[in-house]
Amino acid sequence: MGVSVRVGVVTFPGSLDDRDAVRAIRLAGAEPVPLWHGEKWLSDVAAVVLPGGFSYGDYLRCGAIARFSPAMESVIDGARNGLPVLGICNGFQVLCEAHLLPGALIRNAERRFVCRDQRIRIANAGTAWTADYADGQELVIPIKNIDGGYVAAERVLDELEGEGRVVARYLGANPNGSYRDIAGICNSAGNVVGLMPHPEHAIDPLTGPSADGLGFFSSVLTSLVSA
Amino acid sequence: MTATRRRTPLDTVQAAESSADQPQPYAELGLARDEYARIREILGRRPTSSELAMYSVMWSEHCSYKSSKVHLKQFGDKVPAEAEKILLVGMGENAGVVDVGNGQAVTFKIESHNHPSYVEPHQGAATGVGGIVRDILTMGARPIAVLDSLRFGAADAPDTARVLPGVVSGIGGYGNCLGLPNIGGELVFDSSYLANPLVNALCVGVLPADGIKLAKAEGPGSLVVLFGARTGGDGIGGASVLASASFEREGGSEASIAASASERGAEPSAEASRRRSGPSKRPAVQVGDPFAEKVLIECCLEIFAADLVTGIQDLGAAGLSCATTELAAAGTGGMHIDLDLAPLRDETLTPEEILMSESQERMMAVVTPENLEAFLAVCAKWDVTATVLGTVTDGDRLVMRWHGETIVDVPPRTLAHEGPVYRRPVRRPYDQDALNGEHGNGLPRPRTGEQLRATAVKLISSPNLADKSWVTDQYDRYVQGNTVLAQPEDAGMVRLPGPDGTDSNVGIAVSVDGNGRYCRLDPYAGAQLALAEAYRNVAVTGARPLAVTNCLNFGSPEDPAVMWQFAEAVRGLADGCQQLGIPVTGGNVSFYNQTGNTAILPTPVVGVLGVIDDVTRRTPMVLRGDGARLYLLGDTRDEFGGSEWAHVAHGFLGGRPPAVDLRREKLLADVLIDASRDGLLDAAHDLSDGGLFVAVAEACLRGHSGIRLIVPDGMDPFVFLFSESAGRAIVAVPRSAEDRFTGLCTARELPAQQIGVLDILESAVEVQGQFRLPMAELRVAWASTLPALFG
Repeated sequence: MGVSVRVGVVTFPGSLDDRDAVRAIRLAGAEPVPLWHGEKWLSDVAAVVLPGGFSYGDYLRCGAIARFSPAMESVIDGARNGLPVLGICNGFQVLCEAHLLPGALIRNAERRFVCRDQRIRIANAGTAWTADYADGQELVIPIKNIDGGYVAAERVLDELEGEGRVVARYLGANPNGSYRDIAGICNSAGNVVGLMPHPEHAIDPLTGPSADGLGFFSSVLTSLVSA
Repeated sequence: MTATRRRTPLDTVQAAESSADQPQPYAELGLARDEYARIREILGRRPTSSELAMYSVMWSEHCSYKSSKVHLKQFGDKVPAEAEKILLVGMGENAGVVDVGNGQAVTFKIESHNHPSYVEPHQGAATGVGGIVRDILTMGARPIAVLDSLRFGAADAPDTARVLPGVVSGIGGYGNCLGLPNIGGELVFDSSYLANPLVNALCVGVLPADGIKLAKAEGPGSLVVLFGARTGGDGIGGASVLASASFEREGGSEASIAASASERGAEPSAEASRRRSGPSKRPAVQVGDPFAEKVLIECCLEIFAADLVTGIQDLGAAGLSCATTELAAAGTGGMHIDLDLAPLRDETLTPEEILMSESQERMMAVVTPENLEAFLAVCAKWDVTATVLGTVTDGDRLVMRWHGETIVDVPPRTLAHEGPVYRRPVRRPYDQDALNGEHGNGLPRPRTGEQLRATAVKLISSPNLADKSWVTDQYDRYVQGNTVLAQPEDAGMVRLPGPDGTDSNVGIAVSVDGNGRYCRLDPYAGAQLALAEAYRNVAVTGARPLAVTNCLNFGSPEDPAVMWQFAEAVRGLADGCQQLGIPVTGGNVSFYNQTGNTAILPTPVVGVLGVIDDVTRRTPMVLRGDGARLYLLGDTRDEFGGSEWAHVAHGFLGGRPPAVDLRREKLLADVLIDASRDGLLDAAHDLSDGGLFVAVAEACLRGHSGIRLIVPDGMDPFVFLFSESAGRAIVAVPRSAEDRFTGLCTARELPAQQIGVLDILESAVEVQGQFRLPMAELRVAWASTLPALFG
């Protein structure tokens, strides 16, 4: 690849997995660009990752405050115009609060934080962030959250499934009570993906349960280059 | 605050000089009569109420170490010669710092938050994490990992069901929000900890070797800045009241204890002092805000990177009293503070309360005038409130004003460094000989294969040996992306960032261990056994042990029997560290862990930190290499004093703990480290509580593989399986490396005995000629216990 692809990672006050997302992007072969929540200018990045953490402490609903930050204004505009955006954990919550994705994430069914190596299955390998996977591919990726239960109205869930917008599902024991074992979804254009598991923590068997998560970050390169 | 809102008139230095005979509530604040007399002597007058408040917290057991100081001195006196060159900061600062090479240093420390965690488990444990993280941050380091050592009453006691889930959610809730991986720790149940749970939190940080920050106020004209959270009414008297006195069950309702929960230890006055601290509006337990701390961490790291402070101190126990006096005392002593400028959460707080408040997430920095603007700009970027409270001055007095009137005028060293020192009476417990004499050799032992099998199942499903993931799954072990090993591995291991910020291959390993039963039988040996276990746990991963931190949890120092246990444990630990060649870099003492006259088991908890040059060479505990040979390293003797078997099978405690041989521990560590570096090992696992069977079962359960064990000729199968002899480990050696490995052991004269072969087709732990335990049955026995107890 001649010119490196720039992928931004937004840091909100309380973001935790931002440096990990930066590392994953670098390992996937792109150029990570740290972005600050208070800046509207997205530095000409070709894609954006909203990392895990507890933005603003998440004392209100998770992601409810981050969604109004200056950086998010630009992310929301960009996402509506096709900018690939991946929201991981807290980032997924922010995307739901921003109405870029339907539904909401609520307290885990067991009411406890859960950190576990989770099996998931890719249900849609056609999005900007899953292009390097195959439909039905099984991965092992860490999950770590306390508000990870995906909920939406039955009609919305039917619509998501009908349109193939469920991106990944939990296999084995459902870790957080998510409806229909949903681990991740996308918007109808497939450029915006929300994911509760943390692929940035499965990029090297030395520090994670596998390297299965790297594909999310390499996928966006594939998508951008082929686009 | 205005005078009209004060209940009593402002007590100024001027007023104190003209009303020498005014009675003062020193006893209610936990000060002894002669301590009060000494304050008057130092000041040449009676103290003002603000000064009295400051002395009471600074001279509390928790802050002054007045009962332990004479013993702790040994840690400094016995620093091994070989450790001098790596020890950048030793005892006495917020945390010790050791050089790990490449221009990098690591700082680590363990601290207790026992009493608050009993009163309010969630907040007590959460602020325990917050406090130790700020200690590490204060050294100029980025916190990179936490571990926690937890002890509760019997697993099935109703109060354990109240305390444990709150403590775990508090540690998880706070640590997870800070983005700190939780990589290890301990979970122990024993009825002696009922009503006196132990919550010890350890934090590790990394910093440039030339970037160490110290708590020192130097340079007259420099500004004293308070930044972080506003000061509220929480935690008032935490250190002097809660941590410095034991809870009296009788006469104390749940509510009155809850209103009085903070960490200190002061005699009969403690109850009065709790009353003084007032209604639940002034709880002695602090309340934590992890988001504020996370922001404070990032803010501080940016400030350190730009080199904007000359001194820094966190506000923990004794709050502003501690921060101002310690900063001033470490410099020339002169400081001027306008206390009324402190931003408050509650405008009705009096100056005395502000000085004693233990509100969390606050720091104090000393900043030169030319750096102030840049300092405040970083705080503004992170939305951190920062207020200039005063200046460093010439001279040697700490002076505080309240709306222009002088309320404090003290020599700060007399608070921070020159507190009372007690040589408390020490007496061997009356029952010690009887306890050691009841050796338990007559306890019925399992003999047949069927009996051994039943014992194995009973042990692996007992709360102290069962699967701990109900607890550890509530902690984020992945954040920061550098975790190489985490619980249930013997030690947690994280990769260090390289000096240029990229990932390096250098890592640190940390383990934290203790054994109250061993210490009850022999505190000198017990402390060394805790040290040996932590040391061994680090070495089995392939890391070289480098330094020690400790948290000494004991009953009341006013009980000579407890003081004997303490003195013996400290002596044992100091001698042990000297023999192993690793220095004690810091730690914490928690006294008054007792109810009425009944103290907890003496529980020194020891943390050992090690370094590994190449984390890709680390040795995990998991057994899964097909055909690999399992070796037992070390000597197995008939040692069941204080063992899990005696505890679980017979509820018995007596005899002597396993023998300590630190020369052997060192040899074992050397072999494990060299074998790891040379790639001779697939796996290694420490042998400790529950003995060989438990260690093998844990390693097989982690790897989903079975094994056939062979009882060595002439060895009693029961002793082979369950003895707790120290200085041992199991290792899995690939067939290709077998000759080299056994050659290494022979050359070093380390006993190594092949005891089994790993077989992926085997779906059981089979002890040849004795019993067969299918993995599925083993897993259910091991994994069901904690969920059944705690939901």
